Amino acid sequence: MQFIKDIFIAINDIFLKMSWLDQLVRWFFKDVIGLNEESLLFSSITFFVYDVIKIFILLTVLIFISSYIQSYFSPEKTRRLLKGKKGVGANSLGALLGTVTPFCSCSSIPIFIGFTKAGLPVGVTFSFLISSPLVDLASVILLAGIFNWRIAIAYVVVGLVIAIIGGSLISFLKMDVQVADFIKEARQIGCASDLVEETMSRKERVHYAFDQVKEIIHRVWVYIFIGVGIGAIIHGFIPEQFILSILGDRNPFSVVLATIVGIPMYADIFGTLPIAEALILKGVGIGTVLAFMMAVTALSLPSMIMIKKVIKPKLFIVFVSIVTVGIIFVGYVFNAFSYLLV
Amino acid sequence: MEIKVLGSGCSNCKRLYEYTKQAVDELDITANIVYVTDMIEIAKANLLRTPGLIINNHVVSYGRVPLVDEIKEMIKKA
Repeated sequence: MQFIKDIFIAINDIFLKMSWLDQLVRWFFKDVIGLNEESLLFSSITFFVYDVIKIFILLTVLIFISSYIQSYFSPEKTRRLLKGKKGVGANSLGALLGTVTPFCSCSSIPIFIGFTKAGLPVGVTFSFLISSPLVDLASVILLAGIFNWRIAIAYVVVGLVIAIIGGSLISFLKMDVQVADFIKEARQIGCASDLVEETMSRKERVHYAFDQVKEIIHRVWVYIFIGVGIGAIIHGFIPEQFILSILGDRNPFSVVLATIVGIPMYADIFGTLPIAEALILKGVGIGTVLAFMMAVTALSLPSMIMIKKVIKPKLFIVFVSIVTVGIIFVGYVFNAFSYLLV
Repeated sequence: MEIKVLGSGCSNCKRLYEYTKQAVDELDITANIVYVTDMIEIAKANLLRTPGLIINNHVVSYGRVPLVDEIKEMIKKA
């Protein structure tokens, strides 16, 4: 068993944590450039270079793999699978499909309309829409690379639970009538003829996965640079004491604060990971950091403005409060049990 | 010919609109190209993924940005 465990750790270190890259970058700045290893600039700049290279390598490989898997799913297929299902089982299926169904955030409105028109309970659609940005296949593996597998798996489970409970509560509160009137009208008009689902050959799937890599990197590279930049500044220049006094154990509101700061921010999960990494290295609790990441990805101003167009204020408030409370709750639970994870 | 590009204003939708204009220019035909951002219209078209391309009231592509040559083929077939 120990042997298998060692191999697993080695694979993890080489391919996910890329410890060799860390050493290479440190060697370069210390011995080639001649920076003082103890200086703040050294720790900032090595963090930045190492993280940027690591995230881009991981991202390219992971987006390719996850896009290939995702090519077997589509919002159309998801709708077909969810059609006619009700109850917590449907919410769970919706949340699970949310993690593998590919769609860009600008499609969330047509998806919401299309699902609702097909007669799916609004709660099930919300389970899907909550889990989709929160638990993303590629980001989970990246999470394992930066932290560890226990944290990554805990993150997935918790993200799914928030999506399932959130959606179920929306169903329980009888929110189905709280959608914009034009959707109800469209529902009456009908036009239920489903579009033909396109099937792909293996070659097309590979092509699709390559396209996704190009497109996603094109879309998120700015956020990654900003994220790693902020991470590097936190890592090198902001005193540990200062960060811990705001986000550490001594501040009982650290999780609430991290969540509220994260909500309006609009960034891809890939951009928030380096910030999370830097905060963890400074000793901030894992729950506080995860709450921040979840708040940034699950709720953001642009996505809230979009979703607000298709639902009534009451449902909007319910949706935002459930997700916010869920994230804060998860943050405190993770902080309390962090000794099991780190 | 009536061509509609449906989208919520994201970069892919704008790209499809540009490609469609280019395809029509290259084919040298007269077509009325409309860029639709109205969500009621999108809902009526039964689209789940944007951008969508509709030629003479038929959805010919959705959820991706076809290349200019592909769009030309779609126009020719319509």
